[in-house]
Amino acid sequence: MDKFTQHSGVVLPLDRPNVDTDAIIPKQYLKSVKRAGFGPNLFDDWRYLDPGDPSIDNASRRVNPDFVLNSPDYAGATILLGQENFGCGSSREHAVWALTDYGIRAVIAPSFADIFFNNSFKNGLLPIVLSETEITKIFSEERKYKQNQQRYTLNIDLAAESVTTPNGDSYHFEIDQFRKYRMLNGLDDIGLTLQHRAEIKTYEERHKREEPWLFSN
Amino acid sequence: MIKAKTLYDKLWEAHTVRQEDDGSTLLYIDRQFLHEVTSPQAFEGLRMAGRKPWRASASLAVPDHNVPTTDREAGITDPVAKIQVETLDNNAAEFGITEFKMGDIRQGIVHVIGPEQGATLPGMTIVCGDSHTSTHGALGALAFGIGTSEVEHVLATQCLVQKKSKSMLVRINGSVGSGVTGKDIVLAIIGKIGTAGGTGYAIEFAGEAIEELSIEGRMTVCNMAIEAGARAGMVGVDQKTIEFVKNGDVGRAYAPSAEQYRDEQWSRAVEVWQQLHSDIGAEFDALVELDGVDIDPQVSWGTSPEMVVSIGDRVPDPQAETDLIKRNGMERALIYMGLEGGTKINEIAIDKVFVGSCTNSRIEDLRAAAAVAKGRHKADRVKQVLVVPGSGLIKQQAEDEGLDKIFLAAGFEWRDPGCSMCLAMNADRLEPEERCASTSNRNFESRQGQGSRTHLVSPAMAVAAAVTGHFVDVRELMRGVK
Repeated sequence: MDKFTQHSGVVLPLDRPNVDTDAIIPKQYLKSVKRAGFGPNLFDDWRYLDPGDPSIDNASRRVNPDFVLNSPDYAGATILLGQENFGCGSSREHAVWALTDYGIRAVIAPSFADIFFNNSFKNGLLPIVLSETEITKIFSEERKYKQNQQRYTLNIDLAAESVTTPNGDSYHFEIDQFRKYRMLNGLDDIGLTLQHRAEIKTYEERHKREEPWLFSN
Repeated sequence: MIKAKTLYDKLWEAHTVRQEDDGSTLLYIDRQFLHEVTSPQAFEGLRMAGRKPWRASASLAVPDHNVPTTDREAGITDPVAKIQVETLDNNAAEFGITEFKMGDIRQGIVHVIGPEQGATLPGMTIVCGDSHTSTHGALGALAFGIGTSEVEHVLATQCLVQKKSKSMLVRINGSVGSGVTGKDIVLAIIGKIGTAGGTGYAIEFAGEAIEELSIEGRMTVCNMAIEAGARAGMVGVDQKTIEFVKNGDVGRAYAPSAEQYRDEQWSRAVEVWQQLHSDIGAEFDALVELDGVDIDPQVSWGTSPEMVVSIGDRVPDPQAETDLIKRNGMERALIYMGLEGGTKINEIAIDKVFVGSCTNSRIEDLRAAAAVAKGRHKADRVKQVLVVPGSGLIKQQAEDEGLDKIFLAAGFEWRDPGCSMCLAMNADRLEPEERCASTSNRNFESRQGQGSRTHLVSPAMAVAAAVTGHFVDVRELMRGVK
């Protein structure tokens, strides 16, 4: 997994609540057996005006000019700014893969759905929870920058647990310390767990003695 | 005095391998279900790291999302879907994992076949790369959906690193009326607490109305815990749970066997299972209560499961909503759904009907659907009614009971088992702007096909809509029947 330490990038505002993983990456793209290549179809239904499918070349499709991802102002954006319950619905990790494949490194929202939140950490995508007031403020600042035709960038410092705006305002975010450590060091979760191999074995043997029916097949 | 524990506490503690100071827990997983969509990258990860499954027999694989529900003999025609299902076949073979392949009568929707086979047992921790894994909690298990990286983690270590969620008790006081099902109960709950109301919680469902549900009905309720944001939903073990494990209509190959019913292992298991309920006085972090008598058949009107009302209600008017973000969401949903605020629900006409999915494709659901369909025919305006059983064994049982004949006589289509039009990964899908009465679990934009309009309902309500061409209170329809 890629390390995440500090990141500075342009903000992509997606001002709607309950963005579900079906919207992030529609089902027809889930047939792939690979982890890469989902970026071109990130937010596919909102991004294009006509239907898409793995067999259709995106270049032949009509782009939705009203969708934020298609605005040249946001080309190269790497920080997605969202609303409450971001990533709800299906457990598909493909949603996270689509975001990272597109180039998104962090998502900032007032709340996340649990499975999406977990999946993000496994892929070096940092989900940051800020308060609704802070989010509202960032959305509004971003709008002002856009009106002035300026690109709005945020600086994220994982070690310091902070998000800093172009004005110098700094917002603190909470993060689970174990997750932070793994993100900062880009560690392999499985390798870490397997350090406890003997403990797992001991547990398993006792569990099997106590409830053998759980091991019947 | 021993502290009173919740069911969630008991399941959690019984599976804790180790706990870090910050609360991160290494949790042992008893069962992992695998399907073709969220597993290929996990197996690829194992292969690349040169790892083997920790305990291959803990996993059970089945293709369900992509499989065709008709013309099975022809195989899968979509070449990309075919590769994905073949990849599951190959991975299961390579890593020594049992798989119920497409031609196997035990094949079906992963959350249907687990309990059916006895591969889901009370007291287990159960995971699957699918958010509706919460279904299995109906048997007094801790079951939740995970992502593909976690699928790989469980394959390699039989464990997951988790932090304990908060606990929520959702209690339905008193009974629900006849014609009101588990589906209506859970939709009413989601309508009350919202799609993020359960985020960060494990929900236990309790109260008279839940106790009175069959295990199938409880599975429907737990299935949709995730639509309220909760990864896990569960119901305490009672006599019904034990009878379900013991007396499967189809024989639960994975459960303690028939001979063992008489032996010591079975009695020991039952003893353990009987402890799987929240103790009297156990404390929950949150409590939600509904009165059963207040719950009517539900119909969703928008693009999130929380956008739901009773059949006698009207589509809500966004102008009455004071929260701006919510109002915008409602307006967006109404445009997408092609509806106007104030419209009576029973005046909304439908184009298609889907009876199926891990929410509502069990034998009880098919019986409820058939009871309404019997002696009736789909309305002329309804283009298609799909009935998709949850497994090959359920299909066979339904046919033994003659349910297929009732459906066919009503002009419905009787299909082979799979996820089908719940998420429309196979050929079963809606056309843009088609309106569907669906027994599935999500009414998200484009969920059932690009531009599709989904209304979530119970099986009986879906068939009532099929035979009248619009939503109708199934209780009125059934009143006229002797």
